Amino acid sequence: MTSSLLFNMTTFVYLASMLLFFVFLAARAGKIGAAAMITAYLGLLAQTVAIALRWKESYDMGVGHAPLSNLYESVVFFSWTIVLIYALLDIRYKYRVIGAFVMPFALLGMAWAQLGMSSGIEPLVPALQSNWLLYHVITCFLGYAAFAVACGISIMYLIKARGEEATDKPAGNGLLSMFPPVRVLDDLNYRAIMIGFPLLTLGIITGAAWANYAWGTYWSWDPKETWSLIVWFVYAAFLHARITKGWVGKRAAWLSIIGFAATIFCYLGVNLFLSGLHSYGGGK
Amino acid sequence: MTTPKKDFLHSLWDFFCSLKLTMFLLISLAIISIIGTVIPQGTPAEEYLARISLTKIKLYKALGFFDMYHSWWFILLLYLLTINLIACSFERLPHIWKIISQPVTDLSAGLEQSLANVATLRSPDEPAAVKERIVAFLKAEFAEPGVVESDGTWHLFAQKTPWCRLSVYFVHLSIIIIFIGAMIGSLFGYKSYVNILEGESVSKLVTRSGKEIDLGFSVLCEKFSMTSYPNGSPKEFKSILTVLENGRPVPGFDHKPIIVNDPLTYKGITFYQSSYGDAGKYLFTVTDLDGRNTVSLTVGGNSSGTLPDGSSMHVLETTPDIAPYSPGLSGPAANVEIHTPAGTSERLVVYANHPELNIEHANHHGKGPVLHFKGEEKRMYTGLQVAKDPGVEVVWLGCILMVVGIFAAFFMSHRRIWVRIQKGSVTVGGNASKNQGAFQQTFDELVDRLKTDLTKEKH
Repeated sequence: MTSSLLFNMTTFVYLASMLLFFVFLAARAGKIGAAAMITAYLGLLAQTVAIALRWKESYDMGVGHAPLSNLYESVVFFSWTIVLIYALLDIRYKYRVIGAFVMPFALLGMAWAQLGMSSGIEPLVPALQSNWLLYHVITCFLGYAAFAVACGISIMYLIKARGEEATDKPAGNGLLSMFPPVRVLDDLNYRAIMIGFPLLTLGIITGAAWANYAWGTYWSWDPKETWSLIVWFVYAAFLHARITKGWVGKRAAWLSIIGFAATIFCYLGVNLFLSGLHSYGGGK
Repeated sequence: MTTPKKDFLHSLWDFFCSLKLTMFLLISLAIISIIGTVIPQGTPAEEYLARISLTKIKLYKALGFFDMYHSWWFILLLYLLTINLIACSFERLPHIWKIISQPVTDLSAGLEQSLANVATLRSPDEPAAVKERIVAFLKAEFAEPGVVESDGTWHLFAQKTPWCRLSVYFVHLSIIIIFIGAMIGSLFGYKSYVNILEGESVSKLVTRSGKEIDLGFSVLCEKFSMTSYPNGSPKEFKSILTVLENGRPVPGFDHKPIIVNDPLTYKGITFYQSSYGDAGKYLFTVTDLDGRNTVSLTVGGNSSGTLPDGSSMHVLETTPDIAPYSPGLSGPAANVEIHTPAGTSERLVVYANHPELNIEHANHHGKGPVLHFKGEEKRMYTGLQVAKDPGVEVVWLGCILMVVGIFAAFFMSHRRIWVRIQKGSVTVGGNASKNQGAFQQTFDELVDRLKTDLTKEKH
C-alpha cells in the first residue's frame, strides 16, 4: 500500500460522502445522513493513514520531512483539516446536514491535488528546514479549515434566511426544513470562527517567530503576511459585529464568507498572482 | 448645565467609544492593506515602472503607495484603531470591574427574575442546618461560597473564573504592547546586509536607512560552502564565522557554523545566512603566436577580462583535470567565451599543460593572441542579513498575552451560583457570561445532585 494509492481512495470516499450528503438533503432520510457521515469518517481515517505513510516514505527516501512542504502537500493537508474540524463540530453539535456544504471543499482540495499536481516527494530546501514549519503550517491550516466550515455554514444561513423571508414561515417542507434554524446556524458560524481565529492568530505569530529566527525580521509586509493580516482584520470585524447593532445576522454571514474568500486568496492567490517569500517548494 | 465645549468633548469620546468605528476601521484596514500587496513596495523595479504610465507613477508617489505601510494615512488608521480600543476598554472596564470586585451576593427577587437558570427545592429542615450542607456541597462541587444572613434568610454566592471577563481587555492591551515593541525596534534597532569575502572580516555596517554602524567587534568569514541534493536542488548554505574582539577570536564564537534557519547572535546583534556569491579569480597568460611577450591576465568569477587586441573574455567553467573529458590530455582547463571587437564570438577550451594546443587553436582561427590557462583561486563570499531589535521580546510578550487572552475570552466563562435558603425552601440561581447552553446543562446537573444530597441524609 502506497500513500498515493490511499490518497486516491480518499478522494473517491470524499466524493461518495458528498453525494450521500446531497441525497440525504433531498431524501431527508436519517439513515442516509448517518451513512454519509460514516463515509466521511472513513475518508478521514484513510487520509490520516496516507499522510503518515507519506511522511514515512520521505524518510525511506532519505529526505525525511513532514509532508507539508509544497503546494500538493499543503492542499492535501488543508483538505484533511477541513474534514477534521467538521468531524469535531459533528461530534459536538450533531448537525449532520452541514456536511453537504463542507465536504465539497474537502473534495475540491483532494481532486485538485490528485488530478492537477505532481505528487513527488521532494527534499526540503534550506529555507524550510526548521521545526517552525510544522507549528506554522499546522496552526494556519487548522485555522483556514475552521473558516472553510464557517463559510459553508454561512452559505446555509443565507439560503435559509432568504427562504424564510420568501415564504414568511420558519420551516417549510422543502430542502430548507433540513437546515438547522437560522439562530443555530448563526451560533455554529460563530463557534467555527471561535476555533479558527485563535488558530489563525497562532499561525501568524508562529510565522512571525520563524521569520525573525530565519531572517531577523518578524514582519516585513510581504504579500503573504499582509494578506494573513487582512484575513485577521476581517474575522476581528466579524467577532465585533456580534456585539454591534445592525451587524448581526446576514451581514455577519457575509463577513464570514468574505473572510474565507480572503483566506483562499491568502493561501493560493498570493502565490499565483503576487510575488513574495512563500513560493511553495521554492523556498526563499 | 453643559457648555458646548463639554458637549463636543463628550461626542468626541462617544465617537471613539463606538463599535461602529471599530467595524469601520477594521474593514478599512483590511481593504486598504490590499494596495501594498498589488503595488510593489520599496524601490520598484525598472520593468514595473516601464509598464505603468508616468501619471500613475507620480500619483502613486504622491499618495505614498510605494511605501504604503509607513505612509501617514496608514499609520493614522492604526493610531485611530489604538485610540478606539483604548476608549472602548475604558468605557466598559469600570462596569466589568464592578461585577468582579463587588459581586451581587444576595439572590433578591429582582435578580431571580433576570436569571435564565432558576430552580426551587423543598426542604423542611432548619435553614441554618440546610445552609451548612449546601456550603459543603458547593465547596466540593462548584466553588467555595460566601455566606450572608439577614432576617432568618441565608444567601450563598459562589463563582468561578470571574477574571476571565477581563480577557478581552488583555487582548486589546496585547495589541498596544505589540505596537510598543515595534516602536522600540524601529527607534533603537536596525537592519542591515553585508557581504563578507572568505578570509576577510567586517566591523562596520550600513543600515537599511543609510546609517553607518560601528559594531565594536568584527566578524570574520572563515569559509562559505553549499551542498546539493542528488537532484540538484540546494541542501545547505553554510558560513563559518568567527567573532573577533580587538583582532582576537572570542571564545565560544570561534569557527561558528551558521546556516539558513540557524543564525549567530553576539551582543544583541544577529547574523543570518542569506546569500552567497563567487569571488574567485581565474589566472591566464596571453602570448604571441610564437609563445613570446607573455602578459598575465586575471578574470573574476562574475566579470570579464580584456585581451590585448581589445576582445573581451569570460570564463564559463573550469576543471582541475581535463583527462576524463579529453583522453590523452591532462591538467587544468577552462572553457571560455571570447567576444571580438568585430562582433564575433567563440567558445574554446584553454589548457594549462598543453600550450601547444592553445597555439594550434589560435593558428587555426585567425591569428589573435594566444590564451593559456594558469589555474584559479577559489574564493566565495557570504551574504548575511544583520539585525538588532531590542523590541522583539516586547512583541513576543504581546503575542503571548494575545493568544492567552483570546483563548480565555472564547473558551472560559464567568459562572455564578446564588442560593437563597428560607424556611421550607431553597432557591438556586445561576448565570454564565458565555456559552449559556453548556452552562444550562451544568446548572441542571448541579441542582439534581444538590437535590439528592439534601434528601439522602434526611433519614
